[in-house]
Amino acid sequence: MNRIIPSLAEAVAGIGDGATVMIGGFGGSGSPIELIHALIDRFRVTGSPKNLTVVNNNAGNGHVGLAALIEHGMVRKLICSFPRSSDPRVFTEKFLAGEIELELVPQGTLAERIRAGGAGIPAFYTPTAYGTDLADKKVVAEFDGRAYVQERWLKADFALVKAHLGDRHGNLIYNKAARNFNPLMCAAAAITIVQVSRIVDPGAIDPEHVITPGIFVQGLVEVANPQQEEVLNRAGAHYP
Amino acid sequence: MTSKLSNAQIAWRAAQDIADGAYVNLGIGFPEMVAQYQPLGRQAIFHTENGILNFGEAPSSGSEDWDLINAGKKAVTLNPGAAFFHHADSFAMVRGGHLDVAILGAYQIAENGDLANWSTGPRGVPAVGGAMDLVHGAKRVAVITDHVTKDGQPKLVKRCNLPLTGVGCVTRIYTSLAVIDIEGGHFVLREKVPTLSLGELQAQTGAELLIHGPVADLIVPEL
Repeated sequence: MNRIIPSLAEAVAGIGDGATVMIGGFGGSGSPIELIHALIDRFRVTGSPKNLTVVNNNAGNGHVGLAALIEHGMVRKLICSFPRSSDPRVFTEKFLAGEIELELVPQGTLAERIRAGGAGIPAFYTPTAYGTDLADKKVVAEFDGRAYVQERWLKADFALVKAHLGDRHGNLIYNKAARNFNPLMCAAAAITIVQVSRIVDPGAIDPEHVITPGIFVQGLVEVANPQQEEVLNRAGAHYP
Repeated sequence: MTSKLSNAQIAWRAAQDIADGAYVNLGIGFPEMVAQYQPLGRQAIFHTENGILNFGEAPSSGSEDWDLINAGKKAVTLNPGAAFFHHADSFAMVRGGHLDVAILGAYQIAENGDLANWSTGPRGVPAVGGAMDLVHGAKRVAVITDHVTKDGQPKLVKRCNLPLTGVGCVTRIYTSLAVIDIEGGHFVLREKVPTLSLGELQAQTGAELLIHGPVADLIVPEL
């Protein structure tokens, strides 16, 4: 069992035009910036992948990571809860120009749709958004005297996430609040590619401490000292 | 001249109703101020949507860890006894009714408890975040807000005309002029700024204020 991929370029090589890609992180925390930049590198050379549907909580910040992916015109549709940030210009301009589609989903519903996708649950009911514009045209049912909205699972062709430690089986632990959506996305994608700060030997992660079991991970690539979106943005960085 | 409460004073008043050990979610922005005014001897446990229970104050500039942030993407620290969890668990805490209080901002609150706080209409880029989940999760959903809009229109109304965040979800409102509960589809006045008459308060409120029992003076410290 060895799921280690030697380079970032090889890690993202299989992502094709029109793919649905879940990208981990909440803002910059847990965002796989190096994997995203490897996708942009490939696009700049080959013109692919394009027309991506991206699932993320946000819509990028500044001109790095997800914002840079959008800025390069690689994203056709974004599924997210909060497309605002301290510098949301890249998404805002494309959205107002009609160049990118937005599916706005309440944050807890987004998390649960991804969880359901990974768990094989095609639909569920939530009180969230009942009676609001975001429940428009959705099935509503009453349980124990209260109204709930039916929501569908969310699955993806690929997930790109960041973790702290991983072993060659794909077992992962995360760093602090960088966990957020990442374990859910690992389970909901057909192929999950993880960048980890360090690859360790099997057994080095105590089984009691494994957050994402390796069954949900198809490939790992080591990126020591990963960049942080917030630090890059404070330095005014643009990618590339 | 009526003295209305500053934002800090509204936050202070809301903080007085949070019990020691309560699990609390504070909305991004103004509601975050509530954490600064916990009464001495009480310590609430703050929840953030992105997967932390019991986070603490902001770190000093230069010592931020950008993997340790709150829902507003601001750097935070941890208190002893903190916990990390993923987003589905985080919203299980919310929707599952495990939080004691959520305190949110508002554009409009209707007398039936409807809340509008996420969209001012079809212009621009819509963004909702966790607000629609929070309003159906916590045991108490409180709002802190100015009593009227910047141009003097009531924020407390009969029915919201802005897009709703949630239906019948708000239980208490702390405004710059009053503390008001929502009971049986009505605004019930509990406290008001003492320099303001009942008639003056009603004139700035878009639906009837009911009086059930005594109305206390809303008195807050200088902050």
